Order: sequence, then C-alpha cells, then structure tokens
Amino acid sequence: MRLLIIEDDRDAADYLVKAFREVGHVADQAGDGEEGLQLALDGEYDVLIVDRMLPKRDGLAVIGALRSKSVETPVLILSALGQVDDRVKGLRTGGDDYLAKPYAFSELLARVEALARRRGSRGEETVYRVGDLELNRLSHEVSRAGQEVQLQPREFRLLEYLMRHAGQVVTRTMLLENVWDYHFDPQTNVIDVHISRLRSKIDKGFAQQLLHTVRGAGYMIRDGAR
Amino acid sequence: MTALGKLLRTTAFKLTLVYLAIFVLFAASLLGYFALNTRRLIDEQITSTVDGEINGLSEQYEQGGIRRLVIVVDLRSRRPGSSLYLVTTPTGEGLAGNVGSLEPGVLDHPGWLETNYRRLESPEGSDHHALVRVVQLPGGFHLLVGRDLEERERLFGIIAHAGQWSLALVIVLGLAGGFFVSRRVLKRIDAMTDTAQTIMRGDLAGRLPVAGTGDELDRLADHLNAMLERIEALMRGLKEVSDNIAHDLKTPLTRLRNRCEQTLRHPAGDAAYRDALESTIAESDDLIRTFDALLMIARAESGQARDNMIEFDAAEIARDVGELYEPLADEKGIALKVETNGAAPVRGNRELVSQALANLVDNAIKYARPDGTVNGTPTEVLIKAGDEGERITLSVADRGPGIPDADRGRVVERFVRLEQSRSEPGSGLGLSLASAVARLHGGELKLEDNHPGLRSIIALPRAGPAGTG
Repeated sequence: MRLLIIEDDRDAADYLVKAFREVGHVADQAGDGEEGLQLALDGEYDVLIVDRMLPKRDGLAVIGALRSKSVETPVLILSALGQVDDRVKGLRTGGDDYLAKPYAFSELLARVEALARRRGSRGEETVYRVGDLELNRLSHEVSRAGQEVQLQPREFRLLEYLMRHAGQVVTRTMLLENVWDYHFDPQTNVIDVHISRLRSKIDKGFAQQLLHTVRGAGYMIRDGAR
Repeated sequence: MTALGKLLRTTAFKLTLVYLAIFVLFAASLLGYFALNTRRLIDEQITSTVDGEINGLSEQYEQGGIRRLVIVVDLRSRRPGSSLYLVTTPTGEGLAGNVGSLEPGVLDHPGWLETNYRRLESPEGSDHHALVRVVQLPGGFHLLVGRDLEERERLFGIIAHAGQWSLALVIVLGLAGGFFVSRRVLKRIDAMTDTAQTIMRGDLAGRLPVAGTGDELDRLADHLNAMLERIEALMRGLKEVSDNIAHDLKTPLTRLRNRCEQTLRHPAGDAAYRDALESTIAESDDLIRTFDALLMIARAESGQARDNMIEFDAAEIARDVGELYEPLADEKGIALKVETNGAAPVRGNRELVSQALANLVDNAIKYARPDGTVNGTPTEVLIKAGDEGERITLSVADRGPGIPDADRGRVVERFVRLEQSRSEPGSGLGLSLASAVARLHGGELKLEDNHPGLRSIIALPRAGPAGTG
C-alpha cells in the first residue's frame, strides 16, 4: 500500500513513515499543503493522511482542491480539533475518515487499511462469507455451518461491519462510530461486551474461532484455517 | 459634561419636555374652546334680551307715542344694571336713557353693533364697551337698547388670568418634576455605572443596586445581575478548571514520570521495560480521555456547541443508549430497562445528549449493587424518556448506594468523587459533562433519591408545541 503523509511536524511524520514501513507499507511525506497537493496530484497513492493545520495551504483546502480535480483517493484527516463539529466539517469537505490527535498508531493503521480496501470493497456483495459463516445483507439472515444464527438488529450490523472488513483489524472506536454512530468514548468498554455476546452466538460450540481479539488494537473476523 | 448638562440630556427630562408641550397645547385649546363658547352663549343671551326689550318698547311707542316711550325708558334707565337705553329725536337729541355719549354715527345705522359709549351718570369716566341694537321708530325717532359688555370682558379676563397662571404653574411643576425624575433616574444609572466600573476593574462580586420598586430599571438591574452571576460562575468555572487541571492532570503526569524514572534507575531487563512502557501508554490514554472530557465540558459550558443543533427524539436516544449498555448491565447481573412513552422531541446536539445520558447509565451500572435484591427490590437500572409537557426528561434510576443529600450539589462539579467511589475507575467528569450538556440546551441535571438509589434526570426544553400527554 502506498501512502502519502502530509504533516508539518517532521518528528511525527518520520515516526509514521517508519511505523508504516515496519508493517509493510510505503509512505511518502510532505511538509506543507502545497507540496502535499502536488505529490497527491502526481503520485498514485492508496490513501492520503492529511493534517488539518498545515503551512501554505490548510489541510481542508488541500482536500477541497483534490476533490475539485476529481482525485478520489481516500483521505484520512488528522487533527488536534477532535470535537464533533470539527469532524463534521472535515468529512463534509471530502475527507473519508477523521482521527483526532493524539491517537494510537494501531488505530490509525486499522483506519488507513479500512480506507484502502474500501475501493475494491465488498460493499456491493449481497452475501458476505468468512469460513462457514454466512451473512445475507438483503434477507438479514446469518448462518454458521448451515445453521441459522439469530441476531439482534444491532448485532447484525456489528457482524456486517466486521465481515465487510474481514481480515482487517477493526478498532473499538471504529465500531462505535460505524455501528452505533457515536463519536464519544464511553467510559466503560461497552463494545467488548457486545463483541463477546456476538462471539457466543457465532463461535460457541465451534472448534474454529472466527472472531478474534487483536491485543491492544481491536477485533478481526477471519477464517483461521486459511 | 456638567451635572446640569447631564441632567438635561437624560431621556426622562426630554420626555418631560415633550409631555409638557403636549399638555400645554391641550390646556390652551381647551381654554380657548371654553372661552369661545362662553362668548357665543353670552352674546346670544344679550341679543335675545335686547330683541325682547325692543319689541316691548316698540309696542309702548305704538300705543302711547313718544311720550309714553320716554316715560318707560326713563323708568328703566334708572334701574341699576348693565342695560343701556337711549331715545333720540330724528336729529339725534337725547330724549331719555342712560347713555351719555356714543361714538359718532352709531344712531344712523340701524341694526347690531359693538361700540364704545359713556354713561350719563359719569360723563367724565372712561369709555365702556357695549353691544347695542339701534332701530328707527316710525316718526323718525331712534331707539337704542344694549348691554354693557363689562361682565363679559371681566369673565374673559378671569379666564385669561387663570389660563396664564395655570400655564405657568404647569410649566414650573412640569420642569421641576422632570428635573426630579431625571435626577432620580440619573442617580440610579450613575450607581449602576459605578458598579459596572468596579466590576470591570476585576471585582466580579459587585452587583447592581436594585431599588425594589419593580420598575424597568429594576428589571434591567435584575437581568444584568443575573448575567453577572453567570459570568462569575463561568469565571469561577475557568479558575476551577485550571486548578483541576493543575491537580488532576499533574498528579497522573507525576505518577507517569516517576514510573519512567524508576524503571530507568533500576534496569531489570526487557520485560520490565515493556511493562513500564505499556502502563505509560495506558496512563497517557487516561490522561487524553480526561483532557477530552474537560475540553468538551468547557465547550458545552461556553455555548460553542450550539451549532449542529437539530431536532431529534429523546426517546430514541434512551433506546439507543439502553441498547448500547444492556449487555454490560446483563454481564454484571443488573436488569437494564428502557421505558419510553411516545416521541419526546428535543432540539439540540444529539451526540452530546447521547453522551450525557451514556455517562449517567455508565454511573448507574458502575454503582448498582450487582445480583440479588436491595430491600426486596431487584437490582435494576431504569432508563426513562418522559414528556412533561414543557420539558422532556431523560432519567436514569438505579438501586445503588445513591448520593447523600449534602453531596448532591457537589458531585456535579468537575473531578469530585465521593470517598466510596474512589476505588471505581472514572475521571469524575461524567456528571459535570451531563450537567454542562443539560445547561447548554437550556435545561438542568437533577439528582434525586430513588429510595434506595439515585435517580439522575436530564430535563430539556421540549421542541415544538407541547403534546397532549
């Protein structure tokens, strides 16, 4: 995966480049809005990571310029402004995801990977399959090894989101944002309990566990046999 | 500006002048109307009496000739009063009557006219004014009957006099009143200005004087005082925040730093380093969370989050939050129930209200005694969206230890955690945020006794017209 990091804090940018390299991605960096815009227009990137406050050209302006030139590369906005209205403004300008500073690298990585995969995403598929687990998005039916699994509406959406991102790490905040549409941090980790409920419905009694906890990052649904 | 200049410029004084002008105009036209009508009335009276007398005297003349007329006129002229009589020969020589001299030519013009004359008994006296009618009798004699107008003029004199005096009195009293009122108003405004200046110098405890009369200045002062109260509260809040940041953020930072230092001082291998780093990250995550919560509260309190206000259904929020927390409650052996009763429309920031309610539910689950019963009631947490007409309430009731009466006001403050809850995880900001969110929406957070347990209520103004329920 090729990434472009537009961030004026050199230390932070260096750290990100190094961290992405360690997990096998290629990352370029730009120190200001102008340079970032040029690189984004010229290069072929899978995801752009854009800081909101940049010298020369503001982050949102960079995104606006890209979108007006029909460059549809997914953009993740990084910002110290993390309130709901800042987020809404960022997403309205054409950003695809928004992450407030300070953040955990695992969170950023999970979101960037989710964005990159979204292009060739399974969004159009009617039936998601992971191992012998099947989810039909139209009939809202879920089955494991041919046996029907009864899910509450929210559990269905949770599983649907996990399965759309099968093989990828999905963080708790991603789930909270995409499944519950909440952008705040519930003090107790309510998501974990929802996950364990879901797990007891789809994994209980099966030798092969599909819903995995990724320590320090989040959750992932994947066919362990592969 | 001189004191007098200031006084003359006051609104009260300017108003006084306007009212005074209007009043004077009104009084003058009233008096004028009165005088005009009186004059007409008097004139009508005079003409009808004079006409009557002339008719009578003409009859006397017809029956008894000039001799009889002279006798009658002579008789009538002797009576005291304001009646005037004169009978003359065709050449103008006086035969009888009480008129001494007339303006020349009066007798040649029969009909009505106003003229000056002198009385017979005081030929040297001054001219008098009279309304007279002259007729020419058959035979060429002239008969003049009239009324002295002195009475009418005296009446007008009195009216004019009264008019002048009352006008003078009105103007003097009006101006004095204006001065008095203006000075009173000015004094109160000056007092307000003085207080405002002390407040601006930094003493926020000052309040505007309220006279207690309930007038518009009092209302203004009341409102300004309420505003000052709010400003003072905000300033106090700001100071508290900085104090709290100093304490509650510096304490964990110090802990963090100490742990790093200690790890460095006693090198104990990779595993120990790893442990130290992991706990450092965990601790800094907590710090970030606290910081976010503080920022959010500050934002809600300063009213910045007023953008993005939309109309939404509080009942739906109750259901959503209930659904989010139900598995957690279930895991702790607590029955979490949601009770809604129709739509509960509220206008506001949906996300913030959700978070506020989530905080209350989180608290309720945290402090509810798990499993079993309390005083015979099963442990449960009840989320309820209520419609009280004017207000929409979102309440969370638990069967936990509750909050003693004395502490209820205090727990809403930032970072306040009661002794018995120190061991529970949490920042102590949950209730502060809920309270700030409620206030942002023009509502309030109420904490009540649930016998046993705590009932926390977010009361918000209802959006749109009040429903029937």
